[in-house]
Amino acid sequence: MADISISNLIKTYPGGTERATDDVSLHIADGSFTVLLGPSGCGKTTLLRMLAGLELPDSGSISIGGRDVTYLPPNKRNISMVFQSYAVFPHRSVRYNIGFGLQMAKVAKEQIDKKVQWAADLLQLTPYLDRLPAQLSGGQRQRVAVARAIVVDADVLLMDEPLSNLDALLRLNFRSELKKIVQDLGTTTVYVTHDQSEALSLGDQVAVMRKGRIAQLGDPLDVYDAPSDRFVGGFIGSPPMNFVDAAVTPDGELVVGDQRLMAPSLLQSFGNHSIVLGVRAENVSVAKERASGHIAATVLVVEPMGSTILLTVDVEGQTLKVQAPPSFRTAPHQTIWLGFSPNTMRFYDRETSMALEAN
Amino acid sequence: MSQATVDTAPLKRQKRNRVLLQLTCIAVSLFMLIPIYLISLAALSSRESLNAFPLSLLPTSFSFETLNAFLGSTGVFGALGNSLIVGVGTLLLSALIGVPAGYALARFAFPGKEPYQLFLLFARALPIVVLSVPLARLFLTVDIYDTTYAVILLHTALALPTTILISASVFLGVPHDVEEAARVFGCSPFGAFMRVVMPMALPGIAAASIFTFVMSWNEVLGASILTLDHRTLPAQVLTSLADSPLAYRFAGGFALVIPSIIFIAFMRRYLTNMWGSTIR
Repeated sequence: MADISISNLIKTYPGGTERATDDVSLHIADGSFTVLLGPSGCGKTTLLRMLAGLELPDSGSISIGGRDVTYLPPNKRNISMVFQSYAVFPHRSVRYNIGFGLQMAKVAKEQIDKKVQWAADLLQLTPYLDRLPAQLSGGQRQRVAVARAIVVDADVLLMDEPLSNLDALLRLNFRSELKKIVQDLGTTTVYVTHDQSEALSLGDQVAVMRKGRIAQLGDPLDVYDAPSDRFVGGFIGSPPMNFVDAAVTPDGELVVGDQRLMAPSLLQSFGNHSIVLGVRAENVSVAKERASGHIAATVLVVEPMGSTILLTVDVEGQTLKVQAPPSFRTAPHQTIWLGFSPNTMRFYDRETSMALEAN
Repeated sequence: MSQATVDTAPLKRQKRNRVLLQLTCIAVSLFMLIPIYLISLAALSSRESLNAFPLSLLPTSFSFETLNAFLGSTGVFGALGNSLIVGVGTLLLSALIGVPAGYALARFAFPGKEPYQLFLLFARALPIVVLSVPLARLFLTVDIYDTTYAVILLHTALALPTTILISASVFLGVPHDVEEAARVFGCSPFGAFMRVVMPMALPGIAAASIFTFVMSWNEVLGASILTLDHRTLPAQVLTSLADSPLAYRFAGGFALVIPSIIFIAFMRRYLTNMWGSTIR
């Protein structure tokens, strides 16, 4: 077990012009579960592969447990990894696959058998130990890959989208199982995913990446609740955060189109500015009757989701997604009233897209 | 109206076409199989029955007499040995050079990769005669003319393009992440290659090797130019064909055909795989 220190890591792929990781610095505490989250091509997998030693950075440094590993080959790093495509060895039995890392580390045979048995029990693979991977289902193969990764006594466990090849239901089940296994193991874990729900549910800390940089690093709920810029807010959450063009009047009131909103005191210092209002769908209250501080909206689409109703509404020519309770009855073209509570509203600069801070 | 009249003509046409297709397949197969059958029949019958008229088309007098006579005649046994030495030597040498080259083609991006693949094929673009005559001169000066080494070198040069391209496509079929997994779990690059990549590629490499062996076994022109007393079997049969009895010719033909037949039976599965995958 060890902490990971990444500093000023720069990597450009041969033939590429853009930096795959652009001056990334990150500290990962010993025993923590860190998720690298971002859209494809954001550099999250490159960063993980550099941690694994499968890619070498152009500059910068990586140290694991205080030891510089920046340019060490993978087999000298004492790491363990679960691959997106399982990467089990198809020509050998499940037993051999799981014990591979231990065998390479020249662990005694009885010890290997014991460890393999333990991992197989943990991942419900015991009946399949003597089968070839080809005789297993995709989910079982991924279990083999996880078992292979957890039997070795590695400093760091790396996971590259381990759930993305599984079907939806299996993914949900295996996700919680994985969280429990990694928690019990206590190994420092770095997990790459493009799935924001995985990131929120698994991570102790989430690093949202974009264009080779870390856009926001923090506790999953903080990242969800207070995105540091429009990109993060739009990437995390389903539906993503709503962004509405608004303006602050000289006397500190918030105006959307011609309608006025209760503005939090934060905005006092931004009088006479054009800003962007960010709000999550579940933080907008809906009503059929006009109330003070509410603004009018026209319903465009009604989508019952079971536990809630997702409404797509039009406010002064801008489209919003809002959540209504299942008992809320409405239909397209009707006018409803939206309420915003000041402490759930987030504000962004219209030019830089960065969150506005009171100053 | 309870039942509409159904036009069954398309169904009948489909059935007829299937029958026609089967018949065509059988005809093509017979075209290939009959000569092989006849030569096997002749090689495995006694000498008298060969001269009988009309020739029996069924194996009535099964005997190894003709084959024994062929194997017993001067030079044939030695030539068989030479063919084996050359075949195995070519197989080993071309695998030794070709498999790593194929691996490099499959795994690494390097400058000049595309021209390299193209130039590989140029060795085969030259007629063997054009290659062999200068080689014969060269081998005379370095004093390996009329040895099996000379033929092994020529055959390796001829086999390398296919060995390299086939093994490259085989290695492309081995997923890169499996190799990376081996590296992460403690293998050196060479260890990962030997423990994981090679076992997975082995069937394909074996197929390429057999391909090489059969190429070498069948190659006659270069072998006849580069040797005098150390002929391979096809070269030996070719030179003595004109002035030898009928039985010798049949037995010689049979001895030359058999390895190819075994090869095809062995390779069927891999051949289709091999050409099904493309080299990027």
